[in-house]
Amino acid sequence: MTTLFLLAPLAVPALGALIYAVLGWRPATAWVSAASAALMLASAITVAVSVVGSGPHTAVGGLLRVDAVSAFMLIVIGAVALLATTATPAYLTAEIAAGRATARTARWHSVLVQLFLAAMALAVLAANLGVVWVAIEATTIVTAFLVGQRRTRAAVEAAWKYVVICSAGIALALLGAILLNYASQQAPGTGGLDLAALAANAHHLDPAVTRIAVALLILGFGTKAGLAPLHAWLPDAHSQAPAPVSALMSGVLLSVAFYAILRVKVIADAALGPEFARTVLIVMAIASLLLAATLLVAQRDYKRMLAYSSIEHLGLVALGAAIGSPLALAAILLHILGHGLAKAVLFLGAGRILQATGTSRIDKVRGLAAGHPVLAGSVGLGVLALLGLPPFSLFASELGIARAGFAAGLGWVTTTAMVLAVVLVLVIAAALVGHTSRMLLGTPPEPTEGPGAAIAPRRLPASTALALGAGLAVCAVLGITAGPLSSLLHAAADTLLGPQ
Amino acid sequence: MSETLFVQLLDLACGALLLTAVLVLWRRELAVIIRVFALQGVALAALVAVLAAREGSGELWAVAAGVLALRAGMLPYLLRRALASAGETQRETRPVVNVASSLLAAAVLTLLAYAASRPLVELAPSPVTAAIPVGVTVVLIGFFVLVTRRRALSQLVGFLLMDNGITAIGFLTTSGVGLIVELGVSLDVLLAVLVLQILTTRMRETFGDTDLDELRELHD
Repeated sequence: MTTLFLLAPLAVPALGALIYAVLGWRPATAWVSAASAALMLASAITVAVSVVGSGPHTAVGGLLRVDAVSAFMLIVIGAVALLATTATPAYLTAEIAAGRATARTARWHSVLVQLFLAAMALAVLAANLGVVWVAIEATTIVTAFLVGQRRTRAAVEAAWKYVVICSAGIALALLGAILLNYASQQAPGTGGLDLAALAANAHHLDPAVTRIAVALLILGFGTKAGLAPLHAWLPDAHSQAPAPVSALMSGVLLSVAFYAILRVKVIADAALGPEFARTVLIVMAIASLLLAATLLVAQRDYKRMLAYSSIEHLGLVALGAAIGSPLALAAILLHILGHGLAKAVLFLGAGRILQATGTSRIDKVRGLAAGHPVLAGSVGLGVLALLGLPPFSLFASELGIARAGFAAGLGWVTTTAMVLAVVLVLVIAAALVGHTSRMLLGTPPEPTEGPGAAIAPRRLPASTALALGAGLAVCAVLGITAGPLSSLLHAAADTLLGPQ
Repeated sequence: MSETLFVQLLDLACGALLLTAVLVLWRRELAVIIRVFALQGVALAALVAVLAAREGSGELWAVAAGVLALRAGMLPYLLRRALASAGETQRETRPVVNVASSLLAAAVLTLLAYAASRPLVELAPSPVTAAIPVGVTVVLIGFFVLVTRRRALSQLVGFLLMDNGITAIGFLTTSGVGLIVELGVSLDVLLAVLVLQILTTRMRETFGDTDLDELRELHD
């Protein structure tokens, strides 16, 4: 029975893609993608319940394997996908009405988004590191045309950079996987790239080769997770992609890539001791936070602002992974979910602002609260959630990461990194508040200003409002109580601690 | 096959792999670069074939045939098609680093590759693993081409050089990473090249050129 629910997150979106490819995008199929995401979420929850009850489960001849971490990531994918796909029909309708897209674009958009969801589900369900790699590279391929969907100069440029940087970066991870396979073939025990077997036999792996392999794997998957130094594709791709795609890329794709790093870290910690992966992750985390802080202060484009904030949050997740205590690991998983929800709300909101005002420049958007109160309210609350203000769950998770960091007593390097991170997070928060308040408050510009500025009708479509509200509500509820998720989070943190 | 003949054939294939990588740095005509890249695909297939002959493995022979079809046939064909639609701009006009310095850089990268891959060779010393540094050199040269060339097509070749190098390392360390992964990787690379080929066409439609210096709309 579990096998059926385990296959559903792969089969349902694949079927969805087929439906869109055959029938195209029309009123009858507009909600297929949302239904597919809802089914994914439902089966993810079922799988999670079964995993918490009876432990990991394998299927399809050992190719797929679900444990608490995979089940949690499936829930994140399903939840963010449900928000993004609920807002998609209204978004595509407005794009078609504005003449920036056709029914054909909408069809391909829907096909590719479904394949994107299937690829991400495969990445977290695969039992073999090689298959994880194949699935994550597949996400690059299916999202390339989504990033370049608008076919403007900027969109084509973003798509090119996205594919070249991500493919080259993830090629490093492939090299790392090959070297890890080499080390595992030379070690006693079952050779190969099976994640569970690798984690169990890691202490036999040759340290010198494993060190090179782990560095390449973290750098390679780190590229896709948007961590410095290979983050350059992220702001371009996130700012050019259609809003629902940006929501998915920022909300889940980055953390699915980070999931691969977490799996590698379990193996690295057992083979090399925790110091090596910790050092690499701390350096990348602080570099990402520094970069986000510097580029956010003078940011002029609100979609790029959100993109740099994603770099910040993945940096925080990397910092938490570097600390590596059970509290820190549970906190980063909760952070991944909270960030996914809040960032999805914000990107969907930003897409709507772009449709309503026709500009993505921060200084051109003023007094949004007066003309679009619901939209402005959601975006404002979303930014507060992102800053980690209570009651939103990012408050709980950031506090958890900070507490774990200062409690771990990992020497002056980690403590310095923690202090630096807190300072940088405050700088970033100030920048975000400054930029958003200028967009939301004040007097709206005269309607005559700008050539044909207002494209979309003023009223926020009910489905979009529902997605924005639901995302914020879930994020707030999770901040007050993790509820039934907490046993899953603890099981996942235990899995990520590896064999002790 | 005798041990000496095996080692000689293996070294010959690896030598061809390295030579073709350096030739890509040396030549500027895009058509020539694509031909050299196809030759490298043949060298890579030959490398796998030598290993297959040594192990007498039918599966490995099939993989060798697949490598030949993909890397000496399909990928160069896609590159040529991208080039054919490019019209008159068939030269890598102004690489960021000139040819002489590129060749010097290749020498430095080779030394670096030999230094960095010492632990890899020492883990299981044999004539096969002794060739790993060649694969690492090809990866580094590919990365160098990727970051120093300005034509979309030469960047693409850089990415593919990296991939050839990684595949070579895969076969030299163990005979591959398992059939499913191998197939997945090949499919991903093929699709990535297809995507980039289509993007090259779109770039020409929107920019009128494939000079990557034109890509400067997006920055902070």
